[in-house]
Parts: sequence; structure tokens; C-alpha cells
Amino acid sequence: MKPLDSKKDYQKYVEQKSPNSPIFKNCFNAFWVGGLICTIGQIIMNICKSKGFSVEISGTIVSIILIGISAFLTSLNIFNKIGKFAGAGSLIPITGFANSIVSPSMEYKSEGYIMGVGGKMFTVAGPVLVFGISTSIIIGLIYMIFNTQSITLV
Amino acid sequence: MDWLQNIEWMSLIKSFVVGGLICVIGQILIDKTKLTPARILVLFVTTGAILGGLGIYQYLVDFAGAGATVPLTGFGNNLAKGAIKAVKEYGIIGAFTGGVTAAAGGISAAVFFGYIASLISKPKMKKQ
Repeated sequence: MKPLDSKKDYQKYVEQKSPNSPIFKNCFNAFWVGGLICTIGQIIMNICKSKGFSVEISGTIVSIILIGISAFLTSLNIFNKIGKFAGAGSLIPITGFANSIVSPSMEYKSEGYIMGVGGKMFTVAGPVLVFGISTSIIIGLIYMIFNTQSITLV
Repeated sequence: MDWLQNIEWMSLIKSFVVGGLICVIGQILIDKTKLTPARILVLFVTTGAILGGLGIYQYLVDFAGAGATVPLTGFGNNLAKGAIKAVKEYGIIGAFTGGVTAAAGGISAAVFFGYIASLISKPKMKKQ
């Protein structure tokens, strides 16, 4: 093998040797696991609607149930196995949000129940809430100024 | 088994396909870019909030139900929708109260169940 001179050559060499991730298989798994989680949500939603709850309340009930289930699955170490298999399929649904709260706080349990568990809960969920809530405030303010949503192309 | 009759099968298929496709977008981002999962979660929530604010995401929700609300983009949409609704009712203060009010159930559940679940978990789990 000839020596690798430049950084570029080295990059090329690494890319050749590293196993390329099987993107189609990953996407397929993400598709059906993610779809399945959403379908479970839809089943709960249909049941709630048939019991006479409004759409908004049904949506909230769906989130609460899915968050509860995935939080406990994470603590039993089952969710990590699903996540390894499904990738974004379990990350993108609201289940991934719950998992992102429980997994770091489990790891830092040894640092105590207040700063360890209570503090580390938000290592990933914190940024999500910061950006989500800030965006919603900005959108509210923009709506107030222009008094319309039809900045849309519709 | 009377609850089985309440299920509209078409809505299940729609939510399966749309929810699955949103997850595939996330998977492509994971595989093709160097974004960490945390950044992808932030990206999805922000995108959902912007699409919700523009009123586009509502079409997807009307079409796919839980297929659009369960992914984190739906969480963002919920925040934006709540903010707009509250601005209509209360003016400027609504921009600050509306978003979190609409998503309160999910956030509280995540904090509460998250804490309880961490407490009952077995401490040793270094292997991810």
C-alpha cells in the first residue's frame, strides 16, 4: 500500500474502509416502526373520539399515554433495543422525547435524586423545549403584528 | 369487543403511512448528515412550529390524524397553534401563554413519568 500523503487521501481511505450504513434497511425499519407507533396513537385517538372527547383533548391523551409507555419501557431497558433497531422510527415520534428525558437521568442517578435525576432529565429535552417554545412565542408575535396566517402561499 | 367497531380503518392506514414517512425523513437525516439525535429532535420541533404557524401543517393533521400529531413536528405544531389561538383571545400575553398551555399535557406527562421511570430504573446500564 502506498503511503497516504495528504489529508484528502486519508479521508478517501477512511471512507472506503468504513462500512457504509445500510440506508435502505434503516429507512424501511424506521418507516414501519414509526408508522406503527403513529397507528397505535390513532387507535387511542379513535377510542377517545368515540367516548366523546374533543380533538384537542384526544391528542393530549394520546401524547400522555405514549409518553408514559415509552418512559417506562426506557427504564426497563426495552426502548433502547427498539431504538437500536428502528433508529428514527422510535426517535421522531413523541416516544423519542420521553426516551430522551429518561435515558440521561438514569445514567446520572448516582449523582443523586435532585441534581442527578432531576437535573439531567433535560440534557436533550431542554433544547427541544427552548427552541419549540421560543419559536411558538415568535410565531404568536408575528401573528399579532400581521394579524394573519396567510403569509402562506395558500 | 365493541371498541373494535369504533375504529376507522382508513384513518389507521393514513396515519401509518404519513407517520412512517416523517420518520424516514429523520432516518435519512441521521444517515446522510452528521446531525446528532438531539439536534434532529430540535430541528423537527422547530420545523413543525414554523409549518404550524404558517397554517400548512394543519392540512397534514386533517389528513393523517395521529400520523401527523404523534411525531415531534406535531408537538411543534401544537405549540404554534396554541400561541396563535391565545393571541386571538388575549392579545400579546397570549403569545407567551398559548404555546405551553396547548402542550402542557405532553410536557407535564414527560416530566412526571420521566422522573418516576428514572427512579424505578436499574442503575446499571452503561451499555447503550
